[in-house]
Amino acid sequence: MMLLIQEQSKPGRRAVAQAPLRKADTSDIPEQFRRRRPAALPEVSELQVVRHYTRLSQRNFSIDTEFYPLGSCTMKYNPRGANEHAMLPGFLARHPEAPESHSQGFMACLFDLQEMLKELTGMQAVSLSPAAGAQGEFAGVAMIRAYHDERGDTGRTEILVPDAAHGTNPASAVMCGYKTREIPTGSNGDVDVEALKTVVGPHTAGIMLTNPSTLGVFDRGILEIAGLVHEAGGLLYYDGANLNAILGKARPGDMGFDVIHMNLHKTFSTPHGGGGPGSGPVGVSERLIPYLPVPMVTRDGDDYSWLTETECPRSIGRLSAFAGNAGVILRAYSYARMLGREGMSRVAEYSTLNANYMLKMLQEAGFEAAYPQRRATHEFIITLRTQARERGVNTMDFAKRLLDYGFHAPTTYFPLLVPECLLIEPTETEDKGTLDAFIQAMRTVQGEVAEDPELVKGAPHTLPVKRLDDVRAARELDLAWNALAED
Amino acid sequence: MLEAIGVDGIEDLFEEIPDDLRCGDLESIPPAMSELEVSQLMGERARQDGQPACFIGAGAYDHHIPAAVWQIATRGEFYSAYTPYQAEASQGTLQLLYEYQSMMTALTGMEVSNASMYDGASALAEAILMAVRANRKSKSRRILIPRALHPSYRRVAGNIVKNQDIELVELPFDPEGGHTDISALEPYNGEDIAALVIPQPNFFGVLEDVDALTGWGHRNKVLTIAVVNPLAMSVLSPPGEWGGEGVDICCGEGQPLGAPLSSGGPYFGFLCCRQAIVRQMPGRIIGRTLDQDGNRGFALTLQAREQHIRRSKATSNICTNQGLMVTTATIHLALLGAEGLERTAAACHANTKSLVEQLSIIPGVSPRFNRPVFHERLISLPMEAEAALRALAAHNILGGLDISRDYPELGSAILTCATEKRTPGEIGDFVDKLSRVISLQGGTPCQLQPKES
Repeated sequence: MMLLIQEQSKPGRRAVAQAPLRKADTSDIPEQFRRRRPAALPEVSELQVVRHYTRLSQRNFSIDTEFYPLGSCTMKYNPRGANEHAMLPGFLARHPEAPESHSQGFMACLFDLQEMLKELTGMQAVSLSPAAGAQGEFAGVAMIRAYHDERGDTGRTEILVPDAAHGTNPASAVMCGYKTREIPTGSNGDVDVEALKTVVGPHTAGIMLTNPSTLGVFDRGILEIAGLVHEAGGLLYYDGANLNAILGKARPGDMGFDVIHMNLHKTFSTPHGGGGPGSGPVGVSERLIPYLPVPMVTRDGDDYSWLTETECPRSIGRLSAFAGNAGVILRAYSYARMLGREGMSRVAEYSTLNANYMLKMLQEAGFEAAYPQRRATHEFIITLRTQARERGVNTMDFAKRLLDYGFHAPTTYFPLLVPECLLIEPTETEDKGTLDAFIQAMRTVQGEVAEDPELVKGAPHTLPVKRLDDVRAARELDLAWNALAED
Repeated sequence: MLEAIGVDGIEDLFEEIPDDLRCGDLESIPPAMSELEVSQLMGERARQDGQPACFIGAGAYDHHIPAAVWQIATRGEFYSAYTPYQAEASQGTLQLLYEYQSMMTALTGMEVSNASMYDGASALAEAILMAVRANRKSKSRRILIPRALHPSYRRVAGNIVKNQDIELVELPFDPEGGHTDISALEPYNGEDIAALVIPQPNFFGVLEDVDALTGWGHRNKVLTIAVVNPLAMSVLSPPGEWGGEGVDICCGEGQPLGAPLSSGGPYFGFLCCRQAIVRQMPGRIIGRTLDQDGNRGFALTLQAREQHIRRSKATSNICTNQGLMVTTATIHLALLGAEGLERTAAACHANTKSLVEQLSIIPGVSPRFNRPVFHERLISLPMEAEAALRALAAHNILGGLDISRDYPELGSAILTCATEKRTPGEIGDFVDKLSRVISLQGGTPCQLQPKES
């Protein structure tokens, strides 16, 4: 067990050099406004802090240390150069309200990236401002709503969402005041078009789709779906979570989508940082351009300027105080420039190659593919329902045992419609040696399930903690350290 | 690998994409560059923007960040880690987040904190949605928001909640003091209101009578939402103590705690509340628990609130926290402690005070409001603010923020702030250059006359 930083605190100890050496006078702030007791923050030395957080970092899996075959999360290598470029002193020191005269270099990067994303996705305009994928989804659905509202088309109260969709899709639709209606998936993994026909109509504001879907297959009926929804007066939303699979090969704009979001922390290799920050730019077709969230950058000759609420009065507005996660956008820009035109389609090619290789090898090892008749995209699903039924070892147990072999678990129990599933996405940045080692670990655990199921059910065995009690965490809420409660 | 798969070439793997959907060569995407070439390109652009002396605050402040903060945060084990859903493989991130939650509750005096939101403005929007869900005594969806709250926060909150039939009602500020006087609430006595937003300090840097405002909320069964600068909390009374019982929800912008200005992001929003309403809180929350052997460990908890479980019935669509920025904030707070934070806050406050005193010697320049402030102040100018700022920028000085677009009733004025990083030399230079800009202007009265109040 590692002590909390709070538990290492000693009264009066400080990292002296980290703050001004003298305490300036604040006596002009009247007593009534002042804090009476100092906050109970840790009192520790600089070395204690450095050692503590370095050691904590060693209790993490990360891309830099382990393979993460996490479906729909695109955990590929985050280039170190991109971090260095985004942290150049001129970029770090730029205040978000700095005038355009002192922002041309920064704005040039944003403009370039807007243009590259337009071309890559086949959309007509791009705004980089949403702070993450879910905020991009919110922006997208808010634009769909603004479009219908402005036309006085207020009877459209529903957003259609396939049952395989990410949870953010229905949650984003609800935040924009819509009801959601679920569309089933056909047995071949494509959206059930016949079912869609029965629900699409005058109440349909739009449909939210991921293509390739979270089932790891490209929906071949996309043009028919687009036709049906458009004919009914609805718009099409593209969830860009799986854009990696088709980068440089096919474009959402050509499939008929009206609005898309991209996850720069997936497709453009910006770091996940233990849960964020992300960045979720949105792209739109011609008819949604007026509603794009601000700010955006425009260019006139060699001069860049901001597009704000003033220039875009019909915009859905801004969704964060400034310009979104600018530092993440710069990392994505650096990545995109290093990748270049040729590199973009290589992303789709190698991620698809890696996924199909793994699927084939796992099938040969006896694992059951959820959609064996389909070509895998950059990810695929296997189901462990047989093991679960026959040996009482469920997918979570299997996933935890993989941790013992030094592999982060694939995405588990998602999508919801495949029982006991693992969603596996190797990404293009892993080599064959790593894929083979993972396949071997899968075989080994499979053997353990047959021979010693209790070993697997008790996993993990080699990590800093054993299986954690989630029920206790939720029932006996302990969400903050409290010195008094410890005694 | 192709042979193992049983295909002839890589293109065969894309056979299920209809031919008419295949795209061409993407000619407008530039060809690949080496890391060195991108360094040169972006280095040139970063240098192009210069490093002016920055006296702009307005929600983002230029503070010193100890070297250890980013050196540790960019260790691959933090930088390239995934969301800690696999708790046993993520104890580093999870324990750090628990420590962060503990630091934020200590700083704000609140009972619980989540693991962060996108930024301060979007955290306020989520706080409003949360208050509407949590205030079971109120049937109304009306929220009182001071005009003295950051204009971008008001806009963002409006943009995010507008499709949920929530009405944001503006409270005026006192024209002399710049604060939200308790009298502004009188029209709402006994009215059905879901929540009242209370900034501290407000956008103008002015200190609000937080105890009186919070007390009004309690008496009228209106939930109170504090929006605070976390650095200020080392000097100012914490929201958990306002009005005796404290506020119900507290949020704000975490940037002053270890995030560089970086053009506005990534920053992080913090969100704290009373434990009684924690099930209405959006975002990730980390709890302490035990493992199978009875050893302490940390895990995501109350996940039944979140979109990946509840889908359309979730408290929010949010799916990330600003993990890396919270990592930096936690290390930053550990290094500074309460004493270091207070020294930094005091240094900023004293620097701004010194700046304002020196600026006020210039004829026609004066502080706009007469109430106490924290580390930022609105300054009236005898010329058009935009022209003055443009002239200063030509000398590589960013003198502050022109507020005329958002507050035309305040005439020509700039919001200015000198953090602990501004040296006496830079402050002197700012005063000197502004003095010259104004005298060159020939003392011409400003174009924008304040309205009669």
